[in-house]
Amino acid sequence: MARLSDTETQDEAPALPGDGLREGIVDALRADLGDQLIDTHLQPQDDLWVRVAPEAWAFAARSLKAQGFDYFCFLSAIDWMPSPYGKGEDDPEAEPTEPDTEVKQGYAGGETRFQLFARLTDVKRHVGVTVKADVPDSMTMPTWIPSFAGANWHEREAHEMFGIGFDGHPDLRNLYLPGEFEGFPLRKDFPLLSRMVKPWPGIVDVEPMPEFDEPEAADEAATDESPTDESPTEESAS
Amino acid sequence: MTMLNERQQLSYIAGQAADARLNVELETEGMTLNIGPQHPATHGTLRIVARLDGEQVVWAEPVAGYMHRGYEKLTEVRTFPQVTTLINRIDWLGSFANEVPFILAAEKLMEIEAPPRAQYIRTILFELSRIANVGLFLGDLGVQLGAVTPVFLAFRDREYVLNLIEGATGGRFHPNFDRIGGLKDDLPKGWIDETRQVMRKLRGFCDEMEDLLFGNEIFQSRTRGIGVIPADVAKSYGLSGANLRASGVDWDLRRDQDLPMAWNQADWKVWTHPDGDSWARCWVRLQETRESCKIVEQLIDDIPAGPVMAKVPRIIKVPEGEAWVSTENPLGEMGYYVVSKGDLGPFRVKIRSASFNNISIAPWVLKGVYVPDIITILASLYFILGDIDR
Repeated sequence: MARLSDTETQDEAPALPGDGLREGIVDALRADLGDQLIDTHLQPQDDLWVRVAPEAWAFAARSLKAQGFDYFCFLSAIDWMPSPYGKGEDDPEAEPTEPDTEVKQGYAGGETRFQLFARLTDVKRHVGVTVKADVPDSMTMPTWIPSFAGANWHEREAHEMFGIGFDGHPDLRNLYLPGEFEGFPLRKDFPLLSRMVKPWPGIVDVEPMPEFDEPEAADEAATDESPTDESPTEESAS
Repeated sequence: MTMLNERQQLSYIAGQAADARLNVELETEGMTLNIGPQHPATHGTLRIVARLDGEQVVWAEPVAGYMHRGYEKLTEVRTFPQVTTLINRIDWLGSFANEVPFILAAEKLMEIEAPPRAQYIRTILFELSRIANVGLFLGDLGVQLGAVTPVFLAFRDREYVLNLIEGATGGRFHPNFDRIGGLKDDLPKGWIDETRQVMRKLRGFCDEMEDLLFGNEIFQSRTRGIGVIPADVAKSYGLSGANLRASGVDWDLRRDQDLPMAWNQADWKVWTHPDGDSWARCWVRLQETRESCKIVEQLIDDIPAGPVMAKVPRIIKVPEGEAWVSTENPLGEMGYYVVSKGDLGPFRVKIRSASFNNISIAPWVLKGVYVPDIITILASLYFILGDIDR
């Protein structure tokens, strides 16, 4: 626990002990799901990611709940496609660069552009797990409501923001956006219109500070002056 | 206490059943009641649509979205240090606490840790924002039940805490003080003595509230046995913070999680209550305010010396990876799932805010209650609109 005192002894590379607790969770999940547990990513003493097959999405929730993960933290989705519009923070006068289009998934891998991910916690064992699943081209996934009633609003949010349907959800009305809103705002190909209209004023932050501005030109100006003309401002400039 | 409580609960249920029978006999028609979006009992603009049968709620649902600002999308076009300005505005009553989990997530990905002094000051400011936030809740609770005095006391005493936060950070509501690797600045001179005095005042405020509100017969009869949420329902809806602990679940992220913060250096207690009703939720929050005062009083005495900023590059690039960090914020569990692709800004940030989950239980808990109880139950669940809509 005492992380504060650890800062001094950090140089000795600590041999991380195995993480029996989280390995046990993976084993129990594998016993339940079999092949449908596709991949896992474990950072010992820190966190656990598991990826399940889309068909097993609802079953994974039941299985984890039976293991003691009965606290529902959140459910959301992610679009792994890099934004075709860039960060919106690039220099507007710079040469346009070729946008990166490679879809690259994060921890525990994946095959599809969209993934669902959810977080469950076991409040008795003080451990959490992030569950991921690929979203197939049909863009429909089974709902988690039978296992976790709190998934209701989270699935509505994922539906309106990413366009992912949930089989068995009673009411996929928009939660935030007006009913007639078109498009799915959190998809990467949905443009952020305010950035399209006007460049981000934060761009001024990356301009060089005035005192570092063109030091060579300043030197030239100093040498051009006649040596007899000595003023305090000039000294400070050179 | 428990005996009285059970009896009240039973009589409440019996009363509800009798009313329902009467409604059937009288063949009363249903009616839809709109509460909000503007209502004095809401912290922001939440609309509740309730279908009523007589005085009873048959079905109720909150309608959110009036304050949706799209922070998850906006973070994708910001650099990491710029994000704190946005997320300050999620829960505007406890802003500093919003910054901490995001900064911790970024630090986790960068594998750096703030120096001990910064960790202490972070924890102190975190707890001060909790006192400011929950203090206002205690006052506001009275207003929603028709008592006006507590809210004046709450606003008066919150001002002392806000002055402290302003003294240290320069901002009353949106400090934007936390940096990746530490804090923007050290504490000003004389701040610690002032804090000690303010904490004494705040303890007095808690005692005052307990006498004024929790000892009040009307307050008790309006909250005891009303809006009962059992532990398993609370967990499946992801209720967090005082709402979860009031249902008897002993879970506090400050204690049960290993974070580079200074909570484990202080001696304090996690309060739970077995009842799960509105009363329990309010009572747990009152006790937590006292515990926060206790934490602050202990930590200001032994802030270690040293820098408040670790060595970080001038231009912050966060290595590729994913990190989930959540902390026990004034409203409950607030966390950020940060995905970085090694750029200047995050690839995706999922903001898990406490009020979103806390208020999503409303359709369940409001079913079958009386109209005036809608307000007390929602007040005791305690939500901030910016925290629901993000």
